[in-house]
Amino acid sequence: MEEVRLMKGNEVIAEAAIRCGADAYFGYPITPQSEVMETLMERQPWLSTGMVVVQAESEVAAINMIYGGAGCGKKVITSSSSPGVSLMSEGMSYIAGAELPCVIVNVSRGGPGLGTIQPSQADYFQACKGGAHGDFKLIVLAPASVQEMHDFVFDAFELAFKYHNPVMILSDGVIGQMMEKVILADQHPRLTDEEIAERYGSWALTGKPASRSRNVITSLDLDPYEQEKFNQKLVAKYKEVEANEVRYEEYLTEDADYLIVAFGSSARICKKSVELAREQGHKVGLLRPITLFPFPTQRIAELAGQVKGILVAELNAGQMVEDVRLSVEGKVPVAHYGRMGGAVYSPDEVTDALIEKIINRK
Amino acid sequence: MAEMKVEIKKENLVYQKTPLLTDNTMHYCPGCSHGTIHKLIAEVIDEMGMQEQTIGVSPVGCSVFAYNYIDIDWAEAAHGRAAAVATAIKRLYPNKMVFTYQGDGDLSAIGTGESIHVCNRGENIVVFYINNAIYGMTGGQMAPTTLIGMKTATTPYGRDPKLHGYPYRIATMIAQLEGVCYVTRQSVHTPAAVRKAKRAIRKAFENSMAGKGTSFVEFVATCNSGWKQTPVEANKWLEENMLPFYPVGDIKG
Amino acid sequence: MKEELIIAGFGGQGVLSTGKILAYSGVMQDYEVSWLPSYGPEMRGGTANVTVVVSDTPVSSPIVQMYDTAIILNQQSMDKFEARVKPGGVLIYDTNGITHHPTRKDIEIYTIDATAEAARQGNARIFNMLILGGYLKVRPVVTMENVYKGLKKSLPERAWKTLPANEAAIIRGGEIIRKVE
Repeated sequence: MEEVRLMKGNEVIAEAAIRCGADAYFGYPITPQSEVMETLMERQPWLSTGMVVVQAESEVAAINMIYGGAGCGKKVITSSSSPGVSLMSEGMSYIAGAELPCVIVNVSRGGPGLGTIQPSQADYFQACKGGAHGDFKLIVLAPASVQEMHDFVFDAFELAFKYHNPVMILSDGVIGQMMEKVILADQHPRLTDEEIAERYGSWALTGKPASRSRNVITSLDLDPYEQEKFNQKLVAKYKEVEANEVRYEEYLTEDADYLIVAFGSSARICKKSVELAREQGHKVGLLRPITLFPFPTQRIAELAGQVKGILVAELNAGQMVEDVRLSVEGKVPVAHYGRMGGAVYSPDEVTDALIEKIINRK
Repeated sequence: MAEMKVEIKKENLVYQKTPLLTDNTMHYCPGCSHGTIHKLIAEVIDEMGMQEQTIGVSPVGCSVFAYNYIDIDWAEAAHGRAAAVATAIKRLYPNKMVFTYQGDGDLSAIGTGESIHVCNRGENIVVFYINNAIYGMTGGQMAPTTLIGMKTATTPYGRDPKLHGYPYRIATMIAQLEGVCYVTRQSVHTPAAVRKAKRAIRKAFENSMAGKGTSFVEFVATCNSGWKQTPVEANKWLEENMLPFYPVGDIKG
Repeated sequence: MKEELIIAGFGGQGVLSTGKILAYSGVMQDYEVSWLPSYGPEMRGGTANVTVVVSDTPVSSPIVQMYDTAIILNQQSMDKFEARVKPGGVLIYDTNGITHHPTRKDIEIYTIDATAEAARQGNARIFNMLILGGYLKVRPVVTMENVYKGLKKSLPERAWKTLPANEAAIIRGGEIIRKVE
């Protein structure tokens, strides 16, 4: 039965984790995402689904709990915000290096350093360009609504297990703190230990039966040639992800002369900017990358053949704009418009920037 | 040279390596305590009939490759984080027997926070702490447990507390925590000590399966390579220098 | 139909919960809604505001520059948001604690003495329901039936015994709101 509720993005992450049959959440409080763990502790899913919830002593401990839990073949999720995600980045590298599935939610805020607690998209580079040591990538989903916060928890777990790779939901304070209508999925059962042993027994820590050799979760290989082979395997995996998993949304691009590219909460604002620009007679469309890795390079390249210029609007100093420029390969002008530090632009600011930087460009 | 034929009859066997110890050649230096402690842990798991139920967490340090030697499922943790990794495993598989195996650098320097909090939560796991007062793997640098005056690669003139602070006994600190049911300090430098250490390992594992809380077993260990001593000298040095500062015996439970 | 509203005042005045009730009322009426609070260190005595959008089409931007309606409950918010009411829009404020009254001529301005009325009734808790009632009188974006449903939905079950008092306050709010001519 369809269940419609009015919920905050952060609350929905918790609810979706329970409903998708997650086995554990490990986290550490940080604004603006503390409602995730608060909601879980209020819901006490260990009494209903058996889901484990642990408030760790730090983000460092939390991500390493994720490493241990994921190593068990279990569905594990954590959430944090920018400074906390930095602390988790070492662990993410280990998780990617051990090819473990897990979901990490970043409800990002202004930085660098302690920064602000207000919404920001300044963690795009961190999320999409590795963000920690070693050649690895996260699969990155950028929700633009509370409903997507819910849906992407399900999608993220599916991708994580499909590719044995950590998946990040890169959100921000707007989506995390905002309440919207959300349709909640039915409760999915958790896998039993027997089902996990059957499905993931070839690699997961399930306890070594006589019938198989021991499983070791590690990211260590001292032989450089073996390590290189592993790196090549990762490269091939990321290519496969790029080939299969690109997701984006387009709004009024069919007849567009100009394009705005924006992700997450910013794309919501820019939808209105598109409407405002059209009211002023400019044919403007919006492309919203839903997956930030893999990036919709090809579609942006196609649109670069159609439009006269592109504005990339992001709540940062100019990060995704680099990927857009790489996609466009100089075919049309690409400009950036951003606000930083937790300041958020209004729709008309973006429209004005589009007119000034692109449409009326000399 | 004439070929020698050895016939082993089952009835003549007085000792057999536990099948839980793999046939992989250990990378540990001759005289190192790790080999003995690995063997004791493997024997206890085997004697308890818990191979299928046991999951180990190895650290960063010399024992990073513990997973090559004991034939159970293993997770190799980031430096210092074994206790956090083990927490998740035990919470998700409450019926499994879960332990960490960590050195002094891993547990009581970079991983101090995780070590204290796993004990404070009273996770039903066993923490094995191998204290040889030096960083073996990286080439013999100072550990938090390095004794005053002791020479290491980063204390070439001896550990000076003004420069490097003091050695500390984390087992004694951890014994204060409510979540911990058993804290003991052991060594494996004599046959008698080995027998006692094995009993401690057994007790710790049994505690964890009885849900009594965290058990913490410290081994005062040798690193004859790092100490630049022969195995025999190292055992003697341990007795004369390490044990006065890190006395063996039960601290709690 | 689209209403872009801000409610701004002190933390503890029920700013966020008033917005939540309105948002829930919109849900009951099958509208699309968004509720976006100023979040962070605001607490009792600090400033707090919430932007609510109620619309019969999907809400594009939950972040709004110019509002159809502003409900202003302290001076700081008046200073900040008077200018951000769309021309022809509505500004509603409680005169209590307001020293600089709004001066714009291109918007409709209403006052509601909710603080005084709540004090008269000896129940400070109905303050925000009076405000909500006044707002709905001026801007009936949702039906009263759905407001009552939204109110019930946004309260925990243990608080349902307060529903009659809250509903009465909503009606009373509609009676005491005054247009500034």
